[in-house]
Amino acid sequence: MIIRYLALILICQLAGETVQVATDIPVPGPVIGMAILFTGLLIKRGLPQGLYETAGGLLRHLALLFVPAGVGVMLHVPRLADEWWPVFLAIVPGTLIAIAITALVMERLGRSTLRDEDKV
Amino acid sequence: MNPPDLEQIWVYLSQKPLTGLTLTLCAYVAGDWLYEKSGRHPLLNPVPIAIILIAGLLWATGVPYKDYFDGAQFVHFLLGPATVALAVPLYQQIETLTKSGPALLAGVLIGSGTAAGCAYGFAYIGGASTETLYSIAPKSVTAPIAMGISEQLGGLPSLTAVLVILTGITGAVFGPLVLNLTRIKDWRARGLAMGVAAHGLGTSRAFQVNAVAGAFAGLAMGLNGLATAILIPLIFALVF
Repeated sequence: MIIRYLALILICQLAGETVQVATDIPVPGPVIGMAILFTGLLIKRGLPQGLYETAGGLLRHLALLFVPAGVGVMLHVPRLADEWWPVFLAIVPGTLIAIAITALVMERLGRSTLRDEDKV
Repeated sequence: MNPPDLEQIWVYLSQKPLTGLTLTLCAYVAGDWLYEKSGRHPLLNPVPIAIILIAGLLWATGVPYKDYFDGAQFVHFLLGPATVALAVPLYQQIETLTKSGPALLAGVLIGSGTAAGCAYGFAYIGGASTETLYSIAPKSVTAPIAMGISEQLGGLPSLTAVLVILTGITGAVFGPLVLNLTRIKDWRARGLAMGVAAHGLGTSRAFQVNAVAGAFAGLAMGLNGLATAILIPLIFALVF
């Protein structure tokens, strides 16, 4: 975790939040920050090693960062008990249909660019 | 000298931010240990284990979620910088992105629409309340982005986080089964589907099976996050 690149990431987020508040566009500030950093990398045409390490450090334990908000499930137990049927429908069949459709579209449209080593 | 009053000590400690923060890390370490012990069994994902451990302890001791979150917010805060950091893997895959270009973009856009559409549509058909509908619409997107979208729509970010995690587990466990049933023989397509529909948990599953599938899943997760973050709030603003 290199402080210089952590500062860069925070600056991108702050810029993203500022753009979000100033323009009132319905995209979360950190997502705009991601787009800003991505654009910066495209212009610079190179990924600094320190940024690679710092981003890797943040993303390696991305799962951990979900935990505090996830514990909020204790506030939603009555709602989930009341609405278990629509929640189940959306999550189980909903997710599996999305997986099937996405894979079918990519497979059909990607036949011309499919290399042998990418075949199952 | 009187023996120390354990209850008083707990009442004191439970209001310290340090306790919530320590509890979060310890519960995650315990969950991660179980996950590794089980040979990375998808059902033993460390996140739900940590959540169940912490929520169970808070419930048993009667500590309000708000007191816990006073400490845990230091971990929660990092979701923003982590979202910005997603630009790095996205940039690393830029060559793959341009090579499979149109098929990949069509897959992400149609998949993104299908995931959000099915989530909203099925929850609506099942009779979900408005808040639940708003919270469940971005459920296939990686948590930091999904929570932002949910908040913007008027949903409950903490409910969205839980729904996102349940979605990821569902995709990681049953996704490969669906891909076998539909006879998808292209690793790029298999990875893309896991990343679009089941974000980080689907991506880590794809990486375990095949490197190309993993790369496409990671790419799909980022692009789906961006596409959904832009499209869902715009569609909601136009339609409702």
